[in-house]
Amino acid sequence: MRRLTKKKIRELEEIARQIRVLSLQMTSRAESGHPGGSLSVADIIACLYFHKMRINPRNPKWPERDRFILSKGHSCPAQYAALALLGIIPARELNRLREVDSMLQGHPDRNKTPGIETVSGTLGQGFSVACGMALAAKLDGKKHKVYVVLGDGELQEGIVWEAVMFAGFRRLNNLVAIIDHNKCQNDGFLHEILDVTPIAEKFRAFRWNTCEIDGHNIKEIVRALDEADKSEKPVAIIAHTVKGKGVSFMEHKPEWHGKALPSDLLEKALEELGNYA
Amino acid sequence: MREVKSDWLRKSFDEMKPTRDGYGKALERLAKQDKRIVVVDADLASSTRSLWFAKHAPERFFYAGISEQNAVGLAVGLALEGKKAFVSSFAIFLTGRAFEIIRQSVCYNNVPVKIVGSHAGILTGRDGPTAQATEDIAIMRCLPRMNVIVPADAIEAEHATLFLGDFEQPCYLRTNREPTPLIFDEHSYRFEFGKGLQLTEGSDATIIACGALVHIAIDASRELAKKGIGVRVIDMHTIKPLDGRIVEKAARETNAIITAEDHQVIGGLGSAVAEVLAEKKISVPLKRIGLHGFAESGSPKDLYKKYGFTKERLASEIEGLIMSI
Repeated sequence: MRRLTKKKIRELEEIARQIRVLSLQMTSRAESGHPGGSLSVADIIACLYFHKMRINPRNPKWPERDRFILSKGHSCPAQYAALALLGIIPARELNRLREVDSMLQGHPDRNKTPGIETVSGTLGQGFSVACGMALAAKLDGKKHKVYVVLGDGELQEGIVWEAVMFAGFRRLNNLVAIIDHNKCQNDGFLHEILDVTPIAEKFRAFRWNTCEIDGHNIKEIVRALDEADKSEKPVAIIAHTVKGKGVSFMEHKPEWHGKALPSDLLEKALEELGNYA
Repeated sequence: MREVKSDWLRKSFDEMKPTRDGYGKALERLAKQDKRIVVVDADLASSTRSLWFAKHAPERFFYAGISEQNAVGLAVGLALEGKKAFVSSFAIFLTGRAFEIIRQSVCYNNVPVKIVGSHAGILTGRDGPTAQATEDIAIMRCLPRMNVIVPADAIEAEHATLFLGDFEQPCYLRTNREPTPLIFDEHSYRFEFGKGLQLTEGSDATIIACGALVHIAIDASRELAKKGIGVRVIDMHTIKPLDGRIVEKAARETNAIITAEDHQVIGGLGSAVAEVLAEKKISVPLKRIGLHGFAESGSPKDLYKKYGFTKERLASEIEGLIMSI
């Protein structure tokens, strides 16, 4: 367990800010993509990649690495930004998101992008695959953990609960699911389309441990991830987040789920985020 | 090596076994010889025969419960971590319900998971159309990176499964519930992926069959031999990649082609053969025997009779085709 100093907190906040800037820049350049959910998940991704997970950026396939699966694969701009900041992929590739012959597909693709564990994007599948990876680690007595991020809308998929039931039953305590609970989905607000709350109670009923945190507070995210190390059950961290976090006119707005900012709005957004350092 | 594998055939077809038993028997051997093999099943392990694996390697056998989507997802996760993963259930549930998981997480992801669907075809019998997978070959065949194997008997199923143990690509293996005749001699049989097996000689017509229709085709060819009509029977155990060479050869050397499969005529073996013939610009009379809709409950024997999967039907179709030339 690594100590979280004040300096480290400021560092992670800065990385999250950069992830947000890069996510908006690359989706606007691609004139498509999912900026809203990339902004809500930025702090979680910063904490995992730059503090919590044991990884080796020089060898993304290091066998002992902790695994990370972005099951809400549409938010991959945030993950691509992190991979670029770590040097796992070249930063210039971010300009080629969603272009023909690019290593950066619209949704994560392990065969094209170094550092991606599995194809994800059709919701629920990354989570199911993550359970299989956690199961394999148990079978082999391996010590690494499997971290998987799901969207809250994603919890509407049936396969998620098949896998939740399985992981709870099998006591896969090497599995940590972080729910990016931004309360918005493609067509509107979760509570209007299909309310999935209460989330924690559902996971607990399936034999998981749970906690609820502010998904934009570095200290709370790291503390929850550290706590998960001690669990004897799989852990679901319900991270309360804001869709479009960091850009005033995007916050809490479902319409920025799957639409890139046009250039004038991008400029405004980058001003709010403090541009790129 | 001789082209015609007639000496691989048994003298008599009296002994019966379902192809799922061949899968189970091979899994028992794989359980003992390779620690990397894992099996996921969805509460049908006694039916699919994956339970035979569980008896030998319980720590490497996993029930997903009645949740085929997650069963496939788990198998993918296990395979990504270096396991050789088989996932079995009824063919209809895997290829139907879990289709999108197979498409994205197995094929697009390029993970060598083995999808083993039992209770395929109307041979499933009395459980009726909801349990009879009759579109599975078509569904799996169209998927990029997916391979498709349909064994003709339990011996072939066993050898195909042993082959899949080390095969580093996704594959769909189709098995049956109902016992069917063992046609191959277990000592001489060799499984060769992607190669059709010519089982009888003849230049009047060719039957290209898969699964339980192979032994029926052999019976039909023997009936017709009595009338002086020579029929070449090909066991097309690998439907994808299809052995185009053996199809082309049959089309050039015999006067008519009949395909026979316990599956819809659209998208299955018959379609695959027709694609080869059309693209090679070979003009030859072609008749596809298969299903033209949903079937019903009934004994496998009665269903095969009603839906035309009999040696008499195959023989009369051939006679009709030859007469029309």
